[in-house]
Amino acid sequence: MKNKAAIIFLITALLALLIGVFFGLMAALQYLIPEFLKEIIPFHKMRPFHVTTVITWIVLSATGSIYFYLTQVEKLKLFSNKLMKLHLGIFLITGLGIYLSYIFGKMDGREYLAFTHILTIPILFGWLLFGINYFKTMLKQINNWPVYYWMWGTGIVFMIIHLTEAHLWLFPYFREHVIKDLTVQWKSYGSFVGSWNMLVYGISIYLMSKIKGDDSIGRNKLSFFFYFLGLTNLMFGWAHHTYIVPTLPWIRFVAYGVSMTEWIILGYMIYEWKKNLSQTKKESYPLTYKFLVTTDFWIFINLILALLFSIPAINFFTHGTHITVAHSMGTTIGINTTILLASLLFIISKISIFTKKQEKIIKRGLWGFNITLFLFFTSLLIAGARRSHWMYAGNDTSFSSMQDSLFWVYMVFFVFGMALTTSISIIGLPILKKLINYLRI
Amino acid sequence: MTKKTTYNFLIITILITFFAVFNGFIYTSNENENPVKLTEQAMHGQRLWQENNCWSCHQTYGLGGYLGPDLTNIYSAENKGPSYIKAFLNSGVKAMPKFNFSEEEKNALVTYLKFIDSTGYYPNYKAKFKSNGWVELEYKNEK
Repeated sequence: MKNKAAIIFLITALLALLIGVFFGLMAALQYLIPEFLKEIIPFHKMRPFHVTTVITWIVLSATGSIYFYLTQVEKLKLFSNKLMKLHLGIFLITGLGIYLSYIFGKMDGREYLAFTHILTIPILFGWLLFGINYFKTMLKQINNWPVYYWMWGTGIVFMIIHLTEAHLWLFPYFREHVIKDLTVQWKSYGSFVGSWNMLVYGISIYLMSKIKGDDSIGRNKLSFFFYFLGLTNLMFGWAHHTYIVPTLPWIRFVAYGVSMTEWIILGYMIYEWKKNLSQTKKESYPLTYKFLVTTDFWIFINLILALLFSIPAINFFTHGTHITVAHSMGTTIGINTTILLASLLFIISKISIFTKKQEKIIKRGLWGFNITLFLFFTSLLIAGARRSHWMYAGNDTSFSSMQDSLFWVYMVFFVFGMALTTSISIIGLPILKKLINYLRI
Repeated sequence: MTKKTTYNFLIITILITFFAVFNGFIYTSNENENPVKLTEQAMHGQRLWQENNCWSCHQTYGLGGYLGPDLTNIYSAENKGPSYIKAFLNSGVKAMPKFNFSEEEKNALVTYLKFIDSTGYYPNYKAKFKSNGWVELEYKNEK
């Protein structure tokens, strides 16, 4: 039996990706032409549209993928189909509410969660339903969980915790203390990202085990070691966002120590790089495989960057510059999006088939994606380096002059952003078409 | 429940216990003995900052958007300060829209920025670098 709700999650997610990158492009254009759309939709309103929509892509595609795997691939009987449909309905209606809140200017939330805070209640409720359905299904039917089941379970629980924590500012006790407020706000954001990473990275391990046709990748001791290391980082390694905030030194010191454990992951990745490639049975799922190889590359690049700026002496110069943006774009587009697109391609392979021509188009789209994302990423690093230089060595010029001097970098950023949007559309549209066709049949 | 599952639950329980204690410390500790606490007027400014998405373009302590400058120490910066801030609020320069804040609202925003300014420095030019990669920040109350 079809799982229509899971497919609707995925269709909505893909639409969010395509619309989200378009909003991003419009926001980037305002760096070049500040007056552009200023009267209709200024940057401070465009940015929340972009950010919320791309977060929606990540969250909905991860959720839809998990529902699909459990019911269609693992053939598990979901605890409650009604709860899943209710979850979908709540998220769709809340999504609509969020856009209405943005259109009517009711943006009393904060960065990343700018919508009116009352809408957080249905979002939390949706996650709670997902959690109940997930744990009731899994605990009843699976005894010895591979690591990806643990990761999805942990991701759901910590999503609820950190989404709640991100709203502690509603209590005067938190918001009246500037430093504590900033610390808790950025603590929650760091861990919020860590929570969706649990869902997304769990998906990547699931896909790898399916491609290999061997579940050991999700069951060996090393996988569990990395899972617990990741969980420790989710809980305690967020403070590199706030190294520069004058909190108590021990808070920053804990984060420094915990963040450095991620060097182990990097070392392991370098060691395993070639080994993984040769072992994978790429013939069965060629497109999914190609996207996961891409993910490996982006993990490698971003982990190096993240590890470097987890060192306070380096973070001091990169913090508050576009280097941080490069990292967040690199991780959300380079890592999360490639994993989630790999997941969608895997799902397509279960429900339909691409023609050779379509496969060729998607492969070309992936090439375009990698090249343009790399150049987009590089332009952000250059902009960040220039800003850092201005902050620490060229502060005799005004902020405005510094921004003007970056015109050509922003131009490159915009042009490659446009090329990236095109590449994502080349990949995303055939997938979207397949999903819609499947739903209609 | 298998032995491995029990073992995993045990590790998670230990981690969550540490996490709960850690959160307790974060939520209850302050940056120093006399932490900066916002007044009613400053909290009004904070609300306006939030409702108008000032963070979309501006930063405090390098956290926020990148289209505009960081405003952590705008209040005490040389040749800047309250009048400078107020002049920008309703003028609509470059990408910054023309807000129509009342005098009371402008004062609230300035007060909020004054309180932020009093909490510390950004950029922290007098920070000391240690050989192990650590950075010792200069705290405002050290003076």
